[in-house]
Amino acid sequence: MVNGKSMVKFILNNKTIESDLPAGTTVLDFVRYHENLKGTKIGCREGDCGACTILVGEINDDSVKYRSMTSCLMPLANANGKHIVTVEGINRPNNELTEVQRVMVDESGTQCGFCTVGFVMSLTGFFLDETEKSCEMAISSIDGNICRCTGYKSIERAAKRVSGRWSAVSGQKNSENNLDVAIKKGIVPNYFSEIKEKLVQLKQETNRPLTTDHRPLFVGGGTDLYVQRPEELIYASAENLFDDADLRFIEETNEFIELGASVTVTDLLVSPVMQKLFPNLYKHLKLVSSTPIRNMATLAGNFVNASPIGDMTVWFLALNASIVFNNNREIPLSELYLGYKTLAKSENEFIKMIRFRKDVQHFNFEKVCKRTFLDIASVNTAISLRVSSPTVKEEFPNHDKARAHAWATDTVIVDAHVSAGGVAPIPLYLKKTSEFLRGKEISDETIFEANEIIQSEISPISDVRGSAEYKRLLLRQLFIGHFVELFDFKPRN
Amino acid sequence: MKNVDSKSHVRGESIYLDDIPLLQGTLFACVYDSPVAHGVLKTVEVEEAEKSKGVVKIIRAKDLIGANQIGGILPDEPLLADGEVHFQGMPIALVLAETEEQARAAVKKIKTEIEPLEIITDPRVAFAKNDLIVPPKHFKLGDAANAFKTCEHVFEGRADVNGQEHLYIETQGAYSIPTEQGGMRVYSSTQGPTAVQRAVSKVTGLPMHLIEVDVQRLGGGFGGKEDQANAWAAMCAVGTQITKRPVKYALHRMEDMRMTGKRHPYSADYKIGFDKDLKIVTYEATFYQNAGASADLSPPVLERTLFHCTNSYFIPNVSATAYSCRTNLPPNTAFRGFGGPQGMFVIESAIAHAAESLNVLASEIQRKNLINDGDEFPYGQIAESEAKTSWTQADEKFDFARLQKEADEFNRENKFIKKGVALMPVCFGISFTKTPMNQARALVHVYTDGSVAVSTGAVEMGQGVNTKIAQVAARVFSLPIERIKVHTTNTLRIANTSPTAASAAADLNGRATQVACETILERLRKVAAELLKTENVSDISFLDGFIFNKNQPTDLDWVTLVNEGHMQRVNMSEHAHYATQGIHFDWGKAKGHPFAYHVYGTAIIGVTVDCQRGIYETDFVKTVHDFGATMNESVDYGQIEGGIVQGIGWMTMEEVVYDQNGKLRSNALSTYKIPDIYSVPKMIDIIPLKTKRKNLAIFNSKAVGEPPLMYGIAAYFAIRNAVRAFNSEQSPAFDAPFTPERVLMNLYSEAAKEMKAGK
Repeated sequence: MVNGKSMVKFILNNKTIESDLPAGTTVLDFVRYHENLKGTKIGCREGDCGACTILVGEINDDSVKYRSMTSCLMPLANANGKHIVTVEGINRPNNELTEVQRVMVDESGTQCGFCTVGFVMSLTGFFLDETEKSCEMAISSIDGNICRCTGYKSIERAAKRVSGRWSAVSGQKNSENNLDVAIKKGIVPNYFSEIKEKLVQLKQETNRPLTTDHRPLFVGGGTDLYVQRPEELIYASAENLFDDADLRFIEETNEFIELGASVTVTDLLVSPVMQKLFPNLYKHLKLVSSTPIRNMATLAGNFVNASPIGDMTVWFLALNASIVFNNNREIPLSELYLGYKTLAKSENEFIKMIRFRKDVQHFNFEKVCKRTFLDIASVNTAISLRVSSPTVKEEFPNHDKARAHAWATDTVIVDAHVSAGGVAPIPLYLKKTSEFLRGKEISDETIFEANEIIQSEISPISDVRGSAEYKRLLLRQLFIGHFVELFDFKPRN
Repeated sequence: MKNVDSKSHVRGESIYLDDIPLLQGTLFACVYDSPVAHGVLKTVEVEEAEKSKGVVKIIRAKDLIGANQIGGILPDEPLLADGEVHFQGMPIALVLAETEEQARAAVKKIKTEIEPLEIITDPRVAFAKNDLIVPPKHFKLGDAANAFKTCEHVFEGRADVNGQEHLYIETQGAYSIPTEQGGMRVYSSTQGPTAVQRAVSKVTGLPMHLIEVDVQRLGGGFGGKEDQANAWAAMCAVGTQITKRPVKYALHRMEDMRMTGKRHPYSADYKIGFDKDLKIVTYEATFYQNAGASADLSPPVLERTLFHCTNSYFIPNVSATAYSCRTNLPPNTAFRGFGGPQGMFVIESAIAHAAESLNVLASEIQRKNLINDGDEFPYGQIAESEAKTSWTQADEKFDFARLQKEADEFNRENKFIKKGVALMPVCFGISFTKTPMNQARALVHVYTDGSVAVSTGAVEMGQGVNTKIAQVAARVFSLPIERIKVHTTNTLRIANTSPTAASAAADLNGRATQVACETILERLRKVAAELLKTENVSDISFLDGFIFNKNQPTDLDWVTLVNEGHMQRVNMSEHAHYATQGIHFDWGKAKGHPFAYHVYGTAIIGVTVDCQRGIYETDFVKTVHDFGATMNESVDYGQIEGGIVQGIGWMTMEEVVYDQNGKLRSNALSTYKIPDIYSVPKMIDIIPLKTKRKNLAIFNSKAVGEPPLMYGIAAYFAIRNAVRAFNSEQSPAFDAPFTPERVLMNLYSEAAKEMKAGK
C-alpha cells in the first residue's frame, strides 16, 4: 500500500465493504459523504473534540479488541481489514435505545446533541475495551469528548450510572467476555458476535504489500499529520506503518525494554511490563492527550513529529532511550533532533524500535497546560534518577513517599536524566543539568543549583501557550515538583 | 420531562445543517479571507484559482447584484471586502466549485496585495483616537461625583476582562437552493432566521417574500449565531443567485474561529466609595468595549453592560459611561450574557479591591449592599428583588462562614496547596432591551387525527425551547407530549421573528403558543358544549385526551371532538401573537422599565490551587437560583450547569489571544481550551429559590439561559483568594481570565519579575 488508489476492504457496521477511494481519505469523510452515515459529526477535524468518535475493532490475541478513535484523523488505509463501527452500527431497531443511549437520555446528558454521538460511541467503547469497568475508567473513556452545552455533570452521572450497572453484573476484565456481556446487555447488537470470524477471513484477503516508492511518506496513527496537512495526505503516496504487526510489540530483555515503533500510548498504558516499571503510569499518561488519540498515536510518530513539546518524546528522553531505524542504525533519541523540526534521519529511514534500560528506579513526568487534560503542554518535563543504596528499589518503592522521604536527605544521586519540552526549538534533553545532578545529594542546594543550570540550557519563546518568562518559571517549579513527587521533598518556598 | 430531541440525538438521527441531503448540482463554497488586519486592497488575483479544477465561479464584491452590506444594526459591514480590509479573516472572495475539496484548493491559489494601514487591537487606543462605533452611552443615578466627598473609603482601579470564543461544536454554515421566480430557500445554522432573511434580501436585492429561511436546529449557538450566521447564508444566496445552483458552505473550525467575532473584551476604570458601615455610596465606571471592526451587535451589548454594571447591588449614586471602540479584530458579537457579565466583573473587582484593602471579606460588602424591593436600578426600573432571599437561603443551606473557615483552616495546614472561596450574587434582566423586539408569533395546527403541529420563531439550539413549547401545547390541550411536534423555524410560517436570544425565546414564543392553543381550544370547547348539550361553555374542560363536563368525565375524546370540529368547519389552526406588556425604555433619558422581570441567584464557588505548579481545580459550586416555578427541571438544571461551566471557562482557561498584528493565535481547539470533563467543578449543587412571587414568564417559569453563566465569575475571585493565601504580598491585577500562567506568575511574583528581567 498505499498508492493513491488501491482497494481498501473492511467491515463497516454490519457489512463488508470495499473502496477504491484514495487511501488517505479520512474515515470521517468516508462514512459521512460516501456512505451517508451522518450520525458521526464534524467538530474540529483535529482530534480535539471527539464529535467524530468511532469504534475500531481488530483481532488481537484471538479476540476482537475495540478502541475508540477520532475518525477525522484516521486514514482509510488504517481501516483496512478492521471493523469500523459508527452509531448506525449500534442503533437498535424500532427506535429502541442501547443501554448507553438510554442513560444519556435519562440523565439529560444531551442538549444540542451535536457532540452526543461521540460520547455515546466512547462510552460504548469503554464496555468493549480491556480497561477496568470502574466509574473512573468510564469517565476516562470520554476524556476526549468536548461538550459545550451541558457542563458535563449530566454526562458524568450517565457514565457513573451505566458503569455502576455493569459492575453489578460482571467483574470481567477479559475483553472477549466483555464483548459477550456487552451483547447480552444490549450495549452492542448481536451481529458483533459474528465479527471475529469475518475479520479472520478478511485478514487473509487484505495482506497489504508495502510500497517501494522512493520518497515515501510514513504515516503512523495520523494524529499529527492529519492535523497539519490533511489535504495533502488524501492523495499522498504513503506507507502506513500503523498496522504493521512487526512494529507493535513491547518486550522485555535482560537489560532493556524494547518497543515497536507503532506502539500506541494506550498500548503502553495497558502493558503489564510498563505498569510494573512505572507505578504512576496511568496518572502520567492520562496527562497525554485523550483516550481516542492515545488509541491512535504511535511513539515513533510522536518522536519524528519533533514537536518541541511532544509528551512521549520528553518521557523517553528522560529514559535515555535510543531508537533503531529500519536499516538497523541506532542512535540515542536525544541525537535525533538537530533543530526545529529537523531530524538526523534520512528520508528513507523510519523508526523501527525504541529501547531503554529497564533498571528504572525513580521516574516522574510533569506537565502543565491551560487545561490540565487533553491539552498541549506549556511546559513538560521528565526525570529518571538512580540513587545510592542499591536496595532502595525493593525497600522503598517510589510511590511510597513517606518512607522514601526518610532517607532522601542523605541520598546521593548516582545517575540522572532530565528532559523538558516547550523550552527550546526541540524537545530537550537537559544534558548539563543531568550531568550536574550525578553525585549530588538531594537537597535544597542541589535543586537550586540545578535550576540555575536549567535556566542556562533553555531558550523558551513567547507564544499562545505562554510567555517565555512563564515557561522559565514553570520549568523551575516542575523541576522542584519532580523531587516533591519522588521524595516528598519540601521546598523552602 | 426530557428534552424532546434526546432520543434522536443519542441515535445520531437529529439533522443539522451539514446533514441535509444534498440536491444534485450542489456547489460548495469557500471563502478567501484577509491575511492582513487593516489595509488597502490593491489587487486580488483570482486567475489561477479560476483555472483550478472544478471551479465554477469566484465572486467578488463587484459581482453582487444587491448591496454589499450585511450590517444588522448599522450598515457598516460589507459582505465581501471592497477597497479596504478591516480585520484578519475578513472575507474577500467567495469560491464556488463542484466539490468542497476543489473549492478549498482554489482558495489557496488566490493572491492579494494589501497596503498595510495601522492596526489597532486595544480599545483604549481606539478610544484615544475617538474611533467609536456609536456615540457613548451613559447611565446616571443620583450624583456620583459629589457623593465621593461624603465617603469614608474610596478605591479606584482598572479591570480588564477578555473575550470568549463561542465554540459551538457545530460550526457556522448555510445551504441555499433556488426556487421559482428567482427566489430561494436557505437552510441556515442561525439563531435569527429573520436576520438571515434580511441579509439575504439585501445582498441579492430580492424582496423578503421570495426568501424562505429554514432552521431545523443548531449544534450550539450561545449568541455566536445570532448575527454572525448572516454572512454565510448571504454568501450561499449570492452564489445561488449568480449560478442558479444550490450552494452549500459549512465552515471548517479554523475558518469559523478566525472569521467570526467573539464575546467582547472590555477594559474598564472604576471608582467606588463606601460609608463607614461598608455601604456603597457611589460608583463610577468607564467601560471601553472592544467592538472589533464593525458594529454587529456591539451597541446593544454595550447597553447591557450598563444595565448590569451594579449587578445585584443598590447604589444610590451611579455614573457609568460606555464606549464602543472600533478595532481591527473580527466584529465581536452576542455571547450568553450579552455584555452583562463584563459589567458585573468590573463591580466585583471594585468590591474585591475594597475588601482586600480594608481586610474584610468581599462577601461582607456584597451582603450589605444587596438590592431591596422598591430600590431603583440606575436605569429607573424599581426592583422586585430576590437578591436578599437568594443570599439568605444560600447561606442557610450552605453556611458561607463554615465554607470560609474550612478553607482558612486548610490553608493554615498546607503550604503548597491553597483553597479559595468566593461568592457571586447575580441579578439579570429578562427582555430584549430594545423594546420592539419583545414580540413573537406561533402557528398551531390541530390535524384531524388529533395530532398537533407547532411552529414558532424560536430556534432550538440545545436549550430545550422546543421542549418547553411542546409542553405548553401539551398542557393547554391536555395531551401527551408525543401528540405535539414542534417544527422547523421557518420564515414562511412565522414572519418577522426576533432572534432566539436574551434568554427570552421560551417566554415570548411559549406565550404566543399558549395564546394560539387557547384560541383553538376555545373554539373546540363550543363544539364540545354542543355535543354534550351543555349551555355553559365554561363547564367544558380537557384532561388527558378526554373532554370533561362540569369536572365529570364524558365519553367524548379528543380525536372525536377534533373530527366533529372539522365537520362543523371550525378553524383548528391559529397564528397567534404575543408582545410583552408593561416594558418601555427612553434612551433620551436613559430611564424606563426595560425588563419584564429579573432573575436572581447567589452562588459560592470553592477552588483548590496547586501552588507548586500554578494549576487549579474547582471543588464546588453551590447556588440558590431563582427559577420562579420551573416548568422543566431537567432542561433548566441543564442550562444552569452548562452556564456555570461556560462562565468558569471564561474566567479561567479560555484565553482568546490576538497578536499585535490582529492575528488570532488561539485559532483552533488545540490552542483555545474550553472545559473538558476533568476540569469542571467536582460538585454543582443547585437549590431552587423558594418564592411565591408572580412574574411574566411562561407558566411562571423564569428565563434560565443566560443568568447562571455569571455565577462563574466567582471562580476568578476564588482563585484570587487562594493565590493571596499563598502570596499575601501580591495583589494580582484584575485581569480575567485567571490562566495557569497568571496564577503562577502571581504566586511567585518575585521570581516572575526576575525571569522577566532575563535573570
